Amino acid sequence: MTEEIIIAGFGGQGVLSMGKILGYSGLMQGQEVSWMPSYGPEMRGGTSNVTVIISDDRISSPILANYDTAIILNQQSMDKFESTVKPGGTLLYDPNGIVKHPTRKDINIYKVEATKLATEMGSAKVFNMMVLGSFLKIKPIVKMENVIKGLKKSIPSRNHSLLPLNEQAIEIGMKSVEKVS
Amino acid sequence: MEKELRLMKGNEAIAEAAIRAGADAYFGYPITPQSEVIEYLMAQQPHKRTGMVVLQAESEVSAINMIYGAAACGRMAMTSSSSPGISLKQEGISYIAGAELPCLILNVVRGGPGLGTIQPAQSDYFQSTKGGGHGDYRLVVLAPASVQEMYDSVELGFDLAFKYLNPVMVLADGIIGQMMEKVELGEQKVRRTPEEIIKQCPWATTGKPESRDHNIITSLDLVAANQEKFNIKLQAKYKEIQDKEVRYEMINCEDADYILVAYGSSARLSMKAMDILRAKGIKVGIFRLITLFPFPSKQLFELADKVKGFLAVEMSAGQMVEDLQLAVQFKKPVKHFGRFGGVIPSPEEIADALEQKIIGG
Amino acid sequence: MAEITLQDIIKEENLVYKKSKVMTDNTLSYCPGCGHGTAHRLIAEVIEELGIQSETIGVSPVGCSVLMYNFLDIDMQQAAHGRAPAVATAIKRIMPEKYVFTYQGDGDLAAIGTAETIHACNRGENITIIFINNGIYGMTGGQMAPTTLEGMPASTCPFGRDIELMGNPLKMTELVANLAGVYSVSRHSVHTPRNVRKAKKAILQAFESQKLKRGVSFIEIVSNCNSGWKLTPRKANEWMEENMFPFYPLGDIKVDGQLVTK
Repeated sequence: MTEEIIIAGFGGQGVLSMGKILGYSGLMQGQEVSWMPSYGPEMRGGTSNVTVIISDDRISSPILANYDTAIILNQQSMDKFESTVKPGGTLLYDPNGIVKHPTRKDINIYKVEATKLATEMGSAKVFNMMVLGSFLKIKPIVKMENVIKGLKKSIPSRNHSLLPLNEQAIEIGMKSVEKVS
Repeated sequence: MEKELRLMKGNEAIAEAAIRAGADAYFGYPITPQSEVIEYLMAQQPHKRTGMVVLQAESEVSAINMIYGAAACGRMAMTSSSSPGISLKQEGISYIAGAELPCLILNVVRGGPGLGTIQPAQSDYFQSTKGGGHGDYRLVVLAPASVQEMYDSVELGFDLAFKYLNPVMVLADGIIGQMMEKVELGEQKVRRTPEEIIKQCPWATTGKPESRDHNIITSLDLVAANQEKFNIKLQAKYKEIQDKEVRYEMINCEDADYILVAYGSSARLSMKAMDILRAKGIKVGIFRLITLFPFPSKQLFELADKVKGFLAVEMSAGQMVEDLQLAVQFKKPVKHFGRFGGVIPSPEEIADALEQKIIGG
Repeated sequence: MAEITLQDIIKEENLVYKKSKVMTDNTLSYCPGCGHGTAHRLIAEVIEELGIQSETIGVSPVGCSVLMYNFLDIDMQQAAHGRAPAVATAIKRIMPEKYVFTYQGDGDLAAIGTAETIHACNRGENITIIFINNGIYGMTGGQMAPTTLEGMPASTCPFGRDIELMGNPLKMTELVANLAGVYSVSRHSVHTPRNVRKAKKAILQAFESQKLKRGVSFIEIVSNCNSGWKLTPRKANEWMEENMFPFYPLGDIKVDGQLVTK
């Protein structure tokens, strides 16, 4: 099994940390993982993306042009990455702020109203965990117990009191994802 | 014992490796894309963990001269920077090579020339492998292609540095520095005691006891004939390194018609390109350079008898390809493919380049 | 009266001066009349008197005193031009119990090594910096230094230093005295016995300060360069008194961490 994922959105949406938790989850179940962020001026306030690869085998390139899954969280990223999903691949997005919805017919498109649901939950910060939950519902490549372990490894121990909230967000994300086409 | 596994950036892994290897000192100056090295060290407070000295210098120039000072005392000293900063260090590196001191220098390469860009590149190959500063000298150059190899390069690098009393450079790039991968951490080694250092490095300036002559660390000899003699000795050392320390990895070369020659992250990109080409039925293998100096010339020369051509893949306008051409000696076609200035080639582009430049050409 | 032989004179009780055992037997490479030899001797004597030969590491610069390591019988490192304070910083940080000093000329310390000097001083490294200021580049053949006086000729200002063209001479010593990491700063000369005694006392105190981790002790020695100045040794010393001392006045500049007000 090899899953090649791009997660893209605004800096501050938790794109990088979502990727890191996913990566750690893979590591926890003995898989090979790579996490490659876009870095540099894009870090500050602009768009941010990270390529995450989880595989049973040695990972070749950590940087890719095509992906099994694209998780897209803003319009700029939709413009840039919709076309990079492999035929038969998966595109998951949050419709918040999206004006040009994806149109490809040869891929599986899912959406989750994560921004809205996180705001309703009163914790905009766990938005990324909701999206992660949706992804894991579509592609259960890592076991939930390992996601929890991954969360613990990724979040500084001083914030471990927030673990239940993050778990709850993952569950809401799993329940709320809808197939578009 | 259970393995200690972590998901780490290359920059963090090499910093942790330095602490665990029992390094005595790190001196550096921030520059993207490698500032995590000193940030990680400062956050870890190695002066409390192992007694390791970590200091942010006022410049790269100062940092490399601090390395000189510490190395001359027989200490395991490491610095890190990225391309423009490494250019600034060249004077100091030349002095370190000239004084035959051991040290570890990490270059997380970014696009150049000048201030260039902060994105990954491999355009410092010439600078790293051909000396870099003034004079006839060489660095041992290691090219890690994964975060694990970044980690492992510390112990290997210090071993080689102390074995040959020569600076060792770890030539990474922005991809290796910034990406996170699984790392298996080694055990914490105990730093050498001052007595052990004196025993291992009797040449070091640790304070002159009655029992020996004073130790002098210098690269100066005003008598040209003596300086020539010293240079001959240096060249003999580089020859020994060339004979004994070549490291490389061959992937799927047994049945290969075509070889992608690459190092560091371009080797990783090439592995994906190999998969693409093999899926098309083209028999491609990878020759991954692990040491850039010494360059595996002999091995490539021999491999040339068995294959139809080579493509050097590097994120530069064509630097390593010159050594490859020298190694293959016109036995088989050697071509170059690169994207540069901070642009990373896609595996598909690499696959296309092999088809067009080597198979088609 | 019996004739006095040499053997009658060479006796322990007649001994008035002895070369320090911290000096080697190598012949000094300096021009006759140069102050470097005396400055070397003072450092050697202080190291001997403090009994710290096995605990002292010196750093020599690029300049006339590049070969200082041949004359002092202690462990020494030769630093790249201007970088001695960075080299000394590392030595002291990894071996804080040792005594570490740099010995630098004006080109080394106040031109190419300005950044290293200022930052080592500002960090308050527990080292001793000995700064030999003769207002000229001696080793390379008498070029203008950062400390060359206004109107003073040198091979790169043959008509004298023109402030408008070449900028002002730099009082590095006064500059570093203002830095918090610097504990003591004083300016000396070694051209008369009285001044030699004062300079030696300052060097002694500077080494003692290291033990107490007080920060940088900075000692400037205004010296002559009769070759570079194209004067006889005697004339050079007179010229130094008349021209260098008014601009670079001798005395204490910072004592016990406090600037001396005049």
